[in-house]
Amino acid sequence: MSNNPEFVKFDKVDKSYDGKVLVVKDLQLDIAEGEFITMLGPSGSGKTTCLMMLAGFETPTNGEILLDGNIISNIPPHKRGIGMVFQNYALFPHMTVYENLAFPLRVRKMEKDEIDKKVDKALSMVSLNGFETRMPGQLSGGQQQRVAVARALVFDPAVVLMDEPLGALDKNLRESMQYEIKHIHESIGVTVVYVTHDQSEALTMSNRIAVFNDGKVQQLSNPAELYEKPVNSFVAEFIGENNTFDGEVAEISGDECKINLSNAEIIASAISVKSKGEKTTVSLRPERALIEPNEKMDNMFSGRIEEVIYHGDHTRVRVNLLGNSEFILKVPNSTSNLELKVNQDIKIGWNSSDARALDPK
Amino acid sequence: MSSETKQILTTDGIPLEVSLKKAEKKNKIKAFLLVAPLLLFLFITYVFPIGEMFTRSVDDKMITNMLPKTFKAMENWDGKELPSEEVFAGFYYDFKVLVENQTQGKLGQRLNKEKNGFNSITKKLMRQIKRNKIDESQSIKEQIMKVHKRWGTVEYWQAIKRTAPPYTMAKYLKGMDMYFAADGSIAQVDEDRRIHRILWLRTLEIALFVTIFCFLMGYPIAHLLATLPMKYSNLLMICVLLPFWTSLLVRTASWMILLQQQGLVNDFFVMIGLVADNNRPEMMYNKVGTYVAMTQILLPFMVLPLYSVMKTISPSLMRAGKSLGGTPFIAFWKVYFPLTIPGIGAGCLLVFILAIGYYITPALVGGASGTLISNQIAYHMKSTLDWSFASAMGLMLLSGVLVIYWIYNKLVGVDNIKLG
Repeated sequence: MSNNPEFVKFDKVDKSYDGKVLVVKDLQLDIAEGEFITMLGPSGSGKTTCLMMLAGFETPTNGEILLDGNIISNIPPHKRGIGMVFQNYALFPHMTVYENLAFPLRVRKMEKDEIDKKVDKALSMVSLNGFETRMPGQLSGGQQQRVAVARALVFDPAVVLMDEPLGALDKNLRESMQYEIKHIHESIGVTVVYVTHDQSEALTMSNRIAVFNDGKVQQLSNPAELYEKPVNSFVAEFIGENNTFDGEVAEISGDECKINLSNAEIIASAISVKSKGEKTTVSLRPERALIEPNEKMDNMFSGRIEEVIYHGDHTRVRVNLLGNSEFILKVPNSTSNLELKVNQDIKIGWNSSDARALDPK
Repeated sequence: MSSETKQILTTDGIPLEVSLKKAEKKNKIKAFLLVAPLLLFLFITYVFPIGEMFTRSVDDKMITNMLPKTFKAMENWDGKELPSEEVFAGFYYDFKVLVENQTQGKLGQRLNKEKNGFNSITKKLMRQIKRNKIDESQSIKEQIMKVHKRWGTVEYWQAIKRTAPPYTMAKYLKGMDMYFAADGSIAQVDEDRRIHRILWLRTLEIALFVTIFCFLMGYPIAHLLATLPMKYSNLLMICVLLPFWTSLLVRTASWMILLQQQGLVNDFFVMIGLVADNNRPEMMYNKVGTYVAMTQILLPFMVLPLYSVMKTISPSLMRAGKSLGGTPFIAFWKVYFPLTIPGIGAGCLLVFILAIGYYITPALVGGASGTLISNQIAYHMKSTLDWSFASAMGLMLLSGVLVIYWIYNKLVGVDNIKLG
C-alpha cells in the first residue's frame, strides 16, 4: 500500500450553521492512508461536524475537503464510498443481519455469489458467523455494534468513519470492543477516522489524535506525545489528570524557566512562554511528582496531606502544596509503601523537565 | 426443581402457591372492577344494538303470528297444486280475526312485498267478510276463489307459504338486488332496478380512492412534520389538526361554498381564464365533491398514525443508507418506506373504514352520483321506515368492513399497526 500522507485532506475548512458562529474554524488536517486518527474533544467542539462534512451530510461553508487528491465537497454521500458507523449503530431494523450487510453490495449491483462471500468474510471478521438470519433487535448491544462495523467495512471503503460508536455500551464491553476495532484496523489497513469524547478510548486506539476545542485542532500528535507533551493548557487539562500552578515568568534561560508563584519559585520547561513577566500555567502529571524522593530533584517542596483515597493498585493523595490544595499525587501500591496520614507533612519533588509552562488558563 | 422438593410454606403454614393465588385474585378482581364500566358500556352501546339489528333484519314473526292456522294447515301441502279446503279455511279464520282487530292492512302490505297484487285482493276479501258474504257452512275454498280470480292461482298461495318461517333472509337479498322467486330460488331483480349493487360498488370505489388520495397527500405532510425542527412542525401540526377541531358540518358547508358553480374555486378558474364564465364545471353534487370534501376531512386520520411512526425512525438510518452507497431514492425506498408500513397500514385502514360508512358529507355534497350506501341506509331509516332493511344493510356494511380487516390482517398483520 502506498502510504499517501495526504489521503484525506481538510484544506482551510470553515463551517457555520447559522451564519453567525463558526463551528469549525480554518481547519487544516491531513490524514495518511491506513491511519487510525481520532478526533477528540468535548461536545460542541466541532469534531462531529468535521466527520459529517467528510461523510457528505454537511457541506463546508468555506474551504475544500480532498479524498485521495480529489475535491469531494460537491459529491453526494452515496458516491463517496466512505463507510460509516453511527452513534446508535443505525442498523436497518426490518432487515436481517445478512440483508444489512448485503445492502451496500446490492446497491452496487454485485453478483449473489460475491455478496455471499463478502458478507461471510465481514461477519467472520467480527466473529458473528451464524447470525445471518437474526434481526438486529434480537442482538445484544455489542453484537449490534459489531454488525455495524462489519457493514461499514463490507464494501471495502477507502475510509471508515466512526461517530462515537461505543458510547452506548457498558464499560467492560466498550474496552473489549476498543481492542477489537483496533485489531480489525490493523489487519485490513483501512483508514479510520474516529470521533469520541472519551480520552482513554482515544489513547488506546489511535495512531494519531486531533484534540478539538472551540472549532479548532488544538494539538495533533500520537497518544504518547499528546499525554507527555501537551502544547497548551487545554490539552493538558483534557487529556489525563493534571496538577497546575498559575504564576508569572521570572526568568527564561534556554529551555528552562523560573516561575514566580505567589509564595515560591519553581523551575519548569519553557513551552509556550516567550518573555519575562508573562502569565503562565504550569502543568505537571500527578505520577511525575514523588513523595520523599531519594535522588535530588530541581523542585522540592513540602506540603500537607489533605486526603488519602485508596484505589487498589494505587493510592491517590491530595496535598496542599504551595497554596494549591488540589494537588494530586499517585502512589503506586507496593510493599515498601509509606504510612500516609491526613495532616502529615511530606516532602514532594519533581523534575523541571516534567513541569511544562504553558499558556495561562 | 425435583419432585421431592418440599412444598414451600409461608410463615403461617399455608402453601406459598395458594397464598400467592389468593393475593393475585384480589388484584384481578380489582382490575376487573376498574374495566367493568367500560365493558358494560361496550355491551350496551355495541354488542346489544348489533344483536338487536341482526334480529330485526331477519325477523319475520309478524306474519307467522298473524296466520297460525294457515301455516299449520299448509304443513301438509306440497306447494304444487292449489291448496286444499283445509288451508283455505285456516286462512279464512286467521284473516277474520285480523279483520276484527282491523290489522288486516298490515298483512296485505307484507304479502304485497312478497308478491304484487295481494293488497287489492286482501282488501276485497275483507269487504266480503265485513258484509258477511262468506257462508261458513259451505266450502270456503270455493267462496274465496270467487272473491277474486287471483285467490285461485297457485302462485299467490306459494307466496303465502314462503312467509311461513319466522326468519327470512329476504332483506339481505334485497340489499344485493336479489329476491326469492316464486319457486323459492334466488333471482336477480331487473337490470334497471339494481340500485343497491351500484351503491355498494360506488361506496367501495369512493372509499378506496379517498384512501389513496389521503395517502398521497398525507405521506409527504407526515414526513415533513416528523423531520422539521420543533418550532415549524408544531405550527404545521396545528394546521393539520385545525380542521379536526372544526365541526364536520362547518367543514362540509365550507366546501359547498368553495365548490358550487358560483363558488370561489369556479370564480378563480374563470378569473385565470381556465374555464368560460358560461361553462362553469359542476364540482359539487357529484363524485368530485364527495372526493374533495371527504379527502380533506379524513386527511388527519392518515397523517397522525403516519407521523407517529415516522417520528420514531431515526434520521441516521437514512444517512446510513446513503453512506452505504444507496441513492436518496434507494435509501428512501429500501430503508425508510418499509419502516413506515405500520403507519401506512393503520392510516389506510382507519381512513378506509371511516370512508366506507361516511354519511353527512356525501349527503350534503354528493348529489345523486356521489351518495354512498350509508345514505341509502339513512333513507330507509327515516323515510321508508323499513328498519329491518336498514338493519340488514348496516350489517352487510359491518361484515364488509370485517372482511376487509381480515384481508388486511392476512396481508400486513394487525400486530404491525401503530396508531401512535
